[in-house]
Formats: sequence, C-alpha cells, structure tokens
Amino acid sequence: MGSSSFLQIQNVVKDFDGYKAVNNVSIDIEKGEIFALLGPSGCGKSTLLRMLGGFETVTSGRILLNGKDLADMPPYDCPINMMFQSYALFPHLTVWDNIAFGLRREKMPKDKIAEQVEAMLKLTQLGKFAKRKPHQLSGGQQQRVALARSLAKKPQLLLLDEPLGALDKKLREETQIELVNIIENVGVTCVMVTHDQEEAMTMSTRIGVMSAGQILQIGTPSEMYETPANRFVAGFVGNVNLMEGVLAHDAPDHVVIDCADCKHYVGHGITGTEGMDVTVALRPEKIRLSTTKPEGEHNMASGKVKEKAYFGAWTVYRIELPSGMILKVNESNTERHAEDALTWGDTAWASWSPSAQVVLTS
Amino acid sequence: MRAGLGAVRRSSRFQYGGVFMSRGKSSRAGRFAVIGVPYLWLIVFFLLPFLVILKISLSEMEGVAFGNLLTWKEGVMQLTLKFSNYLFIVQDELYFKTYLSSVRYAAVTTVICLAIGYPFAYFMARAERRFQPVLLMLVMLPFWTSFLLRVYAWKGLLSEHGWVYNVIVFLGLDHVLATGGLISAPGQLMNTSFSLSVGMVYTYLPFMILPLYANLSKMDLRLLEAAADLGANPWVAFWTVTVPLSKAGIIAGSMLVFIPCIGEYVIPELLGGPETLMIGRVMWDEFFSNNDWPIASTVAAVMVLLIIVPLAIFNKYEAEAQEGSR
Repeated sequence: MGSSSFLQIQNVVKDFDGYKAVNNVSIDIEKGEIFALLGPSGCGKSTLLRMLGGFETVTSGRILLNGKDLADMPPYDCPINMMFQSYALFPHLTVWDNIAFGLRREKMPKDKIAEQVEAMLKLTQLGKFAKRKPHQLSGGQQQRVALARSLAKKPQLLLLDEPLGALDKKLREETQIELVNIIENVGVTCVMVTHDQEEAMTMSTRIGVMSAGQILQIGTPSEMYETPANRFVAGFVGNVNLMEGVLAHDAPDHVVIDCADCKHYVGHGITGTEGMDVTVALRPEKIRLSTTKPEGEHNMASGKVKEKAYFGAWTVYRIELPSGMILKVNESNTERHAEDALTWGDTAWASWSPSAQVVLTS
Repeated sequence: MRAGLGAVRRSSRFQYGGVFMSRGKSSRAGRFAVIGVPYLWLIVFFLLPFLVILKISLSEMEGVAFGNLLTWKEGVMQLTLKFSNYLFIVQDELYFKTYLSSVRYAAVTTVICLAIGYPFAYFMARAERRFQPVLLMLVMLPFWTSFLLRVYAWKGLLSEHGWVYNVIVFLGLDHVLATGGLISAPGQLMNTSFSLSVGMVYTYLPFMILPLYANLSKMDLRLLEAAADLGANPWVAFWTVTVPLSKAGIIAGSMLVFIPCIGEYVIPELLGGPETLMIGRVMWDEFFSNNDWPIASTVAAVMVLLIIVPLAIFNKYEAEAQEGSR
C-alpha cells in the first residue's frame, strides 16, 4: 500500500435521530477494485453508499477520494456516479438523451457529447436502441442504459446500488459477468451494494460484510467463504452447518471440540482456553457420506436421511443427528446411477477432514 | 372403460367452456353498462342539445317558429340549410373580436393560474406527508361556499373602500395597473380587465392545482437524485426532469381552466365591464335580450366547434406522444 488508498472511508458514522445506521465504519479501497458491501436489508450498506454518492451527509468521520474530502464537493460536482437501484432512468428521454444527460450538464461541445454517447452505446451494445424510451426496453437493456449513463461522465468512482436486483435469476447470472467485463474494460473503481452473497462473490474483488451498521469482516470472496471471522459471516456467506461445542483439548497444532453429536478434531491451533464455548462451522460440500462407519473416532456423525433433493450436478441431503440437529450435506454426483445411493430413512455416516472446519469464537 | 373416461373428460371440459362463455358475456354487459351510463348522459345533455342548437342556427324562421331543415312536398325532399347567420357573424366584427377577447382572457387566466398553481402544487407535493391532507383541504375549502357568493364577495373587496381596494390604492398599485391599461383610471378597480382576471384566476386556481398536485406527488424522487448525480444542480434538474415529467398535469390543469374560462358568463357579468367582451355574455344577450335565437345559436355552435376541434386534434397528438413517455 505504501501511500494512502484511492478511497478511504474513515470512522464514518451516520446518525438518524439517535439511530446509528452506519456505526464507525472504516474501509480502504484501492484503485480498480470492485468492492461489494454485503449484508441483509437494513444493515446500513445503502446508507453508506448514499454517503459516498453525496446524497447523505456524514454525521462524523471522513470520506476521502484521492486524498480529497467528499464533504467539500456537492453531489453535482464530484467525480462519482451512481447506478441506482431499479435504475431511475428518465422516462421522458430516449436512451441517447439519458446517456447524454450528464454530459450536457458539463457544457461539453455537441460533437464531443455525440462521440461519448456513441462510445457508451457501443460499450453496452445498445446502438440499435438509441432512439427508444426506457419503457420500450427489457429489464436487461434498461440495466445497460443505466450503466452507460453512469459511466458516460468517466467517473473515478462508480457506485452500484443492487445492480442486478431488478432482474430475474437466469438473466442475473449472465449479466453479472457482462457487467464485470464492462467495468474492467473501463477500469473504473467500483463500490457495489448487494444483499445477494452469490452476486457479491462472483462480481467483486473484495467483500465487506455489514450487519447493524458495522463492518464485520473484509476480505476476498474465498477468504469470506473459507475463513469467516464469526457466526454471522459464516451464515450469511454461503450455506453452513453451525455446531455449538466446548473446547476440550487445546494443542499448538490441533484442537478437539466436543459437540452434542460428534467430536471435532481440527488440524490447526486457535486462540482460546480449554472449556470455552465455541462454534464449529462446516460447509455442506466438505462432508462425505457413507453407509458404513469410517475409521477413527473424530470428525464423524451418524444420522437418518430426512430429506434428499437432486439438483443434477449435486444432491443435497439433510441428515437428522441424534441431538435433533439437521446436518446439510452436498454430494456431487460424480457417477451416473450410483448403486449405493442413500435414500430416505437410511442411516448414514457423515465424515469430514480435519481441515474442513472453521472454529468461531464470536 | 377408456371411452367412458374420455367421454367424462370431454363433457367436463364442455361444461367448463360453458361457464367461461357465460362469464364472458355478463362481464361484457357490465362493461357496456359502466361505459354506457356516462355516454348516455353526454348524449342526452350535451349532444342532443347541441344538435338542437345547430339546427336552430341553420333553419329559416317561419314567424315565431323554426322551419324544418328537411321538407317533403309532392314527392320532393328538400334540405334547406340557411347559412346567412354564419355569414352574418363572420361579417360583423363584434363577434370575431369577442371570440378573440374570450380566448385572450382564458389564456391569460390559464397562464396566471399556472404561474401561481405550479409552485403551490410543487411545494404541497414535497411537503411532509402528514401536512399534505391539510394543505389539500385548504385548496378545496372554497368549494364549500357557493361559487356565486365568492364572486360577489370580490365585488365587495374590489369596489371602493373594500379592503383589497384599500391595500392596492395605498400601495399605489392602481397607478401601475392604469398605465398597463388593465384598469380605466387609478382608483377604479371594478368592472375592468383587472377585476375580471382576478375573479377568473381566483375561481379557477384550484382546478389548476389539483391535477398538478396529483401528478407531482406521484413523481419518483430518485429521478432527481439521478439528475443531481449526473451533475444537474437543483434548478437545472427542475427544468429538465420535473417540468417535462409533469407535462400531463400541466396540460390537464390548463384544459380545466382554459375551456370553462372561454365560455364563462357569471364572472364577466359580475366583475367585468363594458370593455371586457366575453362570448358568454354576448350569447346571453342574443338569447335573452335580443331574443334572436338563430344568431345566438350560431354563436354558440361556432364557439363549441372552435374549442372542440383544436382540442380533439391536440388530444390525439398528446395521446400519441404520451404513449412514448409513460
């Protein structure tokens, strides 16, 4: 890092009549990053984005872009543009005029405006829709107009508020990749807000998980998934089995945790003391199922197959353990017509490797 | 067995179809009833009277009765259309001037109503939600008093020693109005263009405010944020986003003010003067003072056509344009 980051959010607080929507958030974002703010609705992520866009004032703290404080710039005079949730396209203007709107405000000569609008139309493949009004476009096309409009002024920072929230699932998957390609093509630094963890994982370089106005963890998508810092992050990013237990044995290179249904042997040390309450997080795809008891005594549990759902590439099992806990297991279907496939009511043994778990102390 | 099942299925489908059919029929009848009642009302109270007026304007007087347009005599059917009334009102300058002056007063009233009503409706629509019903109530409050009484009240307010009169004279505004030609002389406010315009604007302002308010309060405020984000200051955003989007409200309000203003009779009668020519008064005079029904009918028919034809063209154009912006 060396010198300061491109976008610095420093101890930012937003207070709405005593309710802290954003509570002491600090994030450093580098140039060219796509940073996703992920969290459930009402966690403060949209408020934080609106402060970046200049639509809300900062109660305390500072936001610096390229070393300059945003508070000194009014929203209409700042190199940040936003792509709004459900787009907020101007319904009375054509696609062309929507994209040109920002450029016209800069007193740019007419031919320069036309040049830039054409470039944006080409970038988003909207050329043949230039004369249409927004309501004559499909959801995906409207989304591209919104993107073209927010990129037209060549902002230094692009804000995306639930960029794909208004699209249906199938279109969303295609658009995610397309959107990232365009953003990377332009090379703009990006902060996006989403409640969809899949969207955050596929699109961003780093994710910040927010809850109740605070940032719980910042990291790359794989860091968030494989080493969540706490129960909330583990549960919010992806599917997870959480087991309550007690730290039974603490060694420098391994720990043993006693849970109701099994004993966990974890192949790395943790900071904790014997006897403390901990939570073990175990991802469903890291568990193997068998009909016979595996070797050893750790990292296994048996139960009844309560539910089974076939998804083509994989099958999801829900195994009821003796304590009543439901263990979610994803098994990939590597073979066709597997003879020994488990079915409803079968007793199954679930096992996992010592490196599969994450021990959470908070 | 198989055939039996098929038969059952077919018959049940048939019944299903039957249910659909009858529901379709009854809903169509309902739709006709709903649309039909207002249309019947319009036909009986607007179209038929208008045709009667049109007929009177085109028919020959036979003593005190109006002649028939169609006559049947010895196997010859004759259609007699007398256009001399129309020629007369085209040739007599008075009618042309009066039409023009009516349109001018109506236009001025509409513009002033828009100038006062738009900011009012705008701030009403942007006011805090809990105050809006109260503000709306205040706009509608005048309707609780008879229209006639309110216009009479202006007579009192604007004639000598009425308090509005006193304020205007005290501020010396009457001199300004006199130089502008709106009143005949300083200190003489009643029965002038000024008093007529005040009365019309006062009366028709709510008709401008209500559709504008309805339109502006529906507007998506994120569009203004988007405009600000793209570099429009609030003033520019107002003119490039808010005003174009409220076009439908502006048009609706302007129509609601302009159309009744053209034919207005009561306000010019009570607040206008000898110089304030309005077509409504001319019509009244022709009907009831001169008792010249054919000419009066001609004036009325021309007025209706003058309003309706441009309106119809405008509406058609607007409907096409609206299709694009919704």
